[in-house]
Amino acid sequence: MVHTLSLLQRRFGITGRRLVIAVPWVWLLLFFLIPFLIVLEISFAHTRLGVPPYTPLWEWTSEHALHLSLSAANYLFLARETLYLDAFLSSMKVAFISTFFCLLVAYPMAYGIARASARWRNTLLLLVVLPFWTSFLVRVYAWIGLLRNNGLINNVLMGLGLIHEPIVMMQTDFAMYIGIVYSYLPFMILPLYSNLEKHDNTLLEAAVNLGATPFKAFLQITLPLSLPGMIAGSMLVFIPAVGEFVIPRLLGGNNTLMIGRVLWDEFFNNRNWPEASAVAMTLLLVLVLPIMIFQRYQAREAGAGLHR
Amino acid sequence: MTGIGIAEKPRPQMGRLREREAPWKDPAATAYIRIERVSKKFGDFTAVDDVTLDIYRGEIFCLLGGSGCGKTTLLRMLAGFEASTGGRIFIDGHDMAGVPPFKRPVNMMFQSYALFPHMTVEKNVAFGLKQEGMPKNEIAQRVAEMLALVKLEEFARRKPHQLSGGQRQRVALARSLIKRPKLLLLDEPLGALDKRLREHTQFELVNIQERLGVTFIVVTHDQEEAMTLATRIGVMNHGRIVQVGTPHEIYEFPKTRFTAEFIGNVNMFEGRVIEDEPGHVLIESADLGGRIHVGHGISSAPDAAVWAAVRPEKMILAREAPRERFNAAPGTIREVAYMGDVSIYLVQLDSGRTVRVTQPNTRRHADGAFTWDDRVWVWWHESSAVVVTE
Repeated sequence: MVHTLSLLQRRFGITGRRLVIAVPWVWLLLFFLIPFLIVLEISFAHTRLGVPPYTPLWEWTSEHALHLSLSAANYLFLARETLYLDAFLSSMKVAFISTFFCLLVAYPMAYGIARASARWRNTLLLLVVLPFWTSFLVRVYAWIGLLRNNGLINNVLMGLGLIHEPIVMMQTDFAMYIGIVYSYLPFMILPLYSNLEKHDNTLLEAAVNLGATPFKAFLQITLPLSLPGMIAGSMLVFIPAVGEFVIPRLLGGNNTLMIGRVLWDEFFNNRNWPEASAVAMTLLLVLVLPIMIFQRYQAREAGAGLHR
Repeated sequence: MTGIGIAEKPRPQMGRLREREAPWKDPAATAYIRIERVSKKFGDFTAVDDVTLDIYRGEIFCLLGGSGCGKTTLLRMLAGFEASTGGRIFIDGHDMAGVPPFKRPVNMMFQSYALFPHMTVEKNVAFGLKQEGMPKNEIAQRVAEMLALVKLEEFARRKPHQLSGGQRQRVALARSLIKRPKLLLLDEPLGALDKRLREHTQFELVNIQERLGVTFIVVTHDQEEAMTLATRIGVMNHGRIVQVGTPHEIYEFPKTRFTAEFIGNVNMFEGRVIEDEPGHVLIESADLGGRIHVGHGISSAPDAAVWAAVRPEKMILAREAPRERFNAAPGTIREVAYMGDVSIYLVQLDSGRTVRVTQPNTRRHADGAFTWDDRVWVWWHESSAVVVTE
């Protein structure tokens, strides 16, 4: 082994370090870049009946010329047809509201865990992560069991005599938001926790010592210092929530327009792969932008060394 | 730097107290900070054990002790971060029981400085005034004055991570003084600075304290820091105050072995009292291999085990036996350390004990200087030793 390595090193400049770094690169190449390029390719093709259900981008014509056809039709259709824009905007809205409520629920939880005694902290974190051990679908179906008209919540409320008719929760935006916030909560809690847990308690003592009430100290010290955690968590919730498909389908109403659902319909109902690919590419572009902003922010923060 | 109007009105008593105006010797003087039988227990552990202290206006009082001696806990109780489990604390006559930390007339400079990393120097310093809801232009003026006092005007817009250690220390000081507190608590104020900067900052700290007339309570484990800063030192050990006194008293007249050994270097000779008269004590010491004559009386049980403490710089090296019958022993020089201003000799006495002797290097040339393996006599004046009993 050692001999082979040193041989490789001399011949090709391959070192152990490069080999180790190569693993993630190869992984990304095989499972991200190549599929990405295929989707990009399809998005410029025309739909057709057959296998695969799209026209090739290039072919050798009988005159020995390379015939290249890039069709922008799919993208133009996207721009023209208001359905897509509406679906994008609606998805953004859903993702935004979900992220907001996630933040609202997750912050006190993350804060509580970060402030808990070291003995409790791991247990509490485990409880946050525990639902991941069950299938995502099972958990969403469990919510159906809770929310439907003859579900647990309505039965309990009626049994107590608080209501006389079941409250309709299924197939509403309310149920969809509950589902999304519930499913993505850990993605918000964990980055927030890892930020809050690093906070130096003496900063709060210093603030209180200078006359700030504990609440004002929280607003002026803890909150601004936890901004990176809030941004990281929001990104982790917002980005997948935009493309969310399963939860709106199972819990939400039929009139909730989601880009993920449009994508599904294009692919499987209309079998229009090129159009679906164009939707996917556009979605990717829209989402890459906030990620880049986030990364720039992170780089700036790392440079500033917010946490000694 | 003069003429910075930090204190608007002349204060009745300004500046650091000199020993000659020592209020602690004046029975009529009222204490500014009164700590009355204060204790703090964490579970079974007693961090502060029945401490009673009177601290006067304008003092720099140093709480000195090793780690875990309770000094920081005592400081945190004054700031209101910890509640005492017994006893009471008065500041300027007001009982502090139940007063939350944000309402106490006390500011603190933290050991880690605890500067707010997301705020500029200016904002850090202004923080205390902002909490009071002071008008913005007034805050700006006060902050400018304070930054001038600590010579940080040019750094007002910088963030803490863009400053050096010494600059951060001054920001922390400015921030803790901006509200003109009655009492400033300083937790190891110079601990994070390198040696050169420490010495410089030490004097600056005393200067600022003198100008503002604030009462300082300083916690430190560094005896040198305590000696140069303090009007008085309270030596702490195992949660108790072992001795309170001026730096001079603490150094020259330690009451306990702990104090003597904690502050500076000392040679301890264990012995038995064989004569205890009002004017002198005679101690038979096997450690020394002779008798120790101390020029002050102690009241001890006859035959009691005591220690005679002698500072290294008060010992004298000689080639000939001294005339006195007491306080002398022959020995051999085992180690010599040339420090420039002084030399340190480790002398092994014939009794087997090794003592440390410091001699000033008054002459430039080394001829005739003591060196390794020289046979010498070590002796001291009868006024040089202190007898400690515990």
